[in-house]
Amino acid sequence: MGTLKQSIEMSIQNIKGNKMRSFLTTLGIIIGVTAVIALITIVKGVSDNVMGQFESLGAGKLMVSVAGTSLKTGLSESDLAKIEKINNVSGISPTISTTSKASRNGEVDDVSVEGKNGTYFINNNNIISGRPLTQAEMAGDVYTCVIDMDCAKRFFFGENPIGKKIRVGGYTYTVVGLEDGNSNLMSEMMVSSNDGGSIKIPYRNALKMTESSNVNSLEVYVKDTNFTSQVVDDLEKILNQAFNDNDDSYTVINMESLLDTMKSMQDMMTTMLAGIASIALLVGGIGIMNMMLVSVTERTKEIGLRKALGAEPMKIQMQFLIESIFLSMIGGIIGVALGLLISYAAATMIGIDFVIQPGAIALGVGFSAAIGIIFGWVPAKKASELNPIDALRSE
Amino acid sequence: MKKEILTMKNIVKEYVMGDEVSRVLKNVDLTVEEGEFLAILGPSGSGKSTLMNIIGCLDVPTSGEYTLSGRLIANQDEKSLAQIRSKEIGFIFQSFHLLQRQTALENVELPMIYANVKEKERKERAMQMLEKVGLKDKMDHYPNQMSGGQQQRVAIARAIVNNPTILLADEPTGALDQKTGAQVMELFHELNNEGRCIIMITHDVNIAKHASRIVRILDGNISEGVVEDA
Repeated sequence: MGTLKQSIEMSIQNIKGNKMRSFLTTLGIIIGVTAVIALITIVKGVSDNVMGQFESLGAGKLMVSVAGTSLKTGLSESDLAKIEKINNVSGISPTISTTSKASRNGEVDDVSVEGKNGTYFINNNNIISGRPLTQAEMAGDVYTCVIDMDCAKRFFFGENPIGKKIRVGGYTYTVVGLEDGNSNLMSEMMVSSNDGGSIKIPYRNALKMTESSNVNSLEVYVKDTNFTSQVVDDLEKILNQAFNDNDDSYTVINMESLLDTMKSMQDMMTTMLAGIASIALLVGGIGIMNMMLVSVTERTKEIGLRKALGAEPMKIQMQFLIESIFLSMIGGIIGVALGLLISYAAATMIGIDFVIQPGAIALGVGFSAAIGIIFGWVPAKKASELNPIDALRSE
Repeated sequence: MKKEILTMKNIVKEYVMGDEVSRVLKNVDLTVEEGEFLAILGPSGSGKSTLMNIIGCLDVPTSGEYTLSGRLIANQDEKSLAQIRSKEIGFIFQSFHLLQRQTALENVELPMIYANVKEKERKERAMQMLEKVGLKDKMDHYPNQMSGGQQQRVAIARAIVNNPTILLADEPTGALDQKTGAQVMELFHELNNEGRCIIMITHDVNIAKHASRIVRILDGNISEGVVEDA
């Protein structure tokens, strides 16, 4: 359509003819779109990162942390047996944790020692090299271990730790697996971290080491996640029994509900920030409207002439509308580019993955086009309604 | 017998300003035939601009009948008036009214855009028209790079490019010196000789004399008449 092309050309001419004014007008849109894109991308990136860490812990998992009471400091074997028998529980993995000296080739440092059973390794696979501990190794008197990255760096710097030996708590252990400790945010929060990193050893060995059977940390695996809340209820009943109805003495963390809460928080956060950034877009839109109104006034005579030459009101309106859409779209595109650049820089700085959010881009471009239409409408309508006689006469 | 292309019967135009009604045109009767070169002569405030606006379909009369090319111009909405102007009227203004940011060629193309002429044909026709007014070598010039006479010739090229029924000129020499004004009049004669109907509005008797027929307008009344030198 010739008119459309002509309208676009005329818009470009007019925008070019008023470079400074056009730039300042567009600036509002640029800032608005940049803010929306950057905020959405950064917030989404950060929360995806955190959520990813939580998700890696897996669904269908309940984490029990026990503070105990002064009479009873942890869960006993019989408590654990009861928990294991709860309907719909596929298995439990108690953790015996302690701190011990570890040494290798004269290097000595404190490490966190965690005794884990076979069920743990079935339900948690963070092994990045080697293998997890097997059920067979749990039987006793087998001295194999899985170490985390910190431990590998501390004691095996520059070598492959798999198959190497390390002394922990008076026994020599063979490293069979290396796990990615960083992904396991939750257990890092729960277990006091030591400089030497953490070592996972068979449960029985840890029991022997601590000479106690008090368990303070426990993972419960749920078979059917539809009934997780039922399991939580049963679990809390047993825990209440064990600790004399003192429900301050333990905490049950349901990973799923935690994830749900975080997801809705993330959505809320994104919406809120986008909302705030939209105010900048609104202000930008008003700027565009202002410029278009000035433009219509300045070009009254031109509008009159066009009408005299046979331009229908609709065509005049289209021309001004296209100009306003064009102006805000340019701002939108620059804003998207700038927003992505900023979020890329931010992602690199924070150390998270930079993921382009197509939704945010669509929102930025769509929003700016919409602003062009909404705030260009009134000036365009005004232009189209000018009386050609008065318009031609105006100075 | 020549065909009548424009007839006005009892045209009245009133403007309402507050409580006051001012009657600018009072029962104007006018007939223009094919190929005529008509001058409408009158001092300022005589109603000649209003008459021009009505002839040019920029405005509609309060009462009376105006027929242009066999079509009754009344109760038309803005859109149809624009379409009529696009097809029937070629405007020439005292102050040229060229778009300053567009070249001579683009200015001449403008009316064809609104008549939905294809781009290629627009260029060709615009070039032909510029050649006709003797400005082929200036087609890439902007209005501010041209003299007043040249600008008015661009405006004339623009006015005739859609091949309108009537060339409507409002004080076409008003902003020009005598010499360039005469050149424009020469061009008018040329176009008239080709059979184009020209209606020229002016207050200048000497310019009006170029026309083959003169009507005088005074206080909204029109009188057919031979010019007596004042």
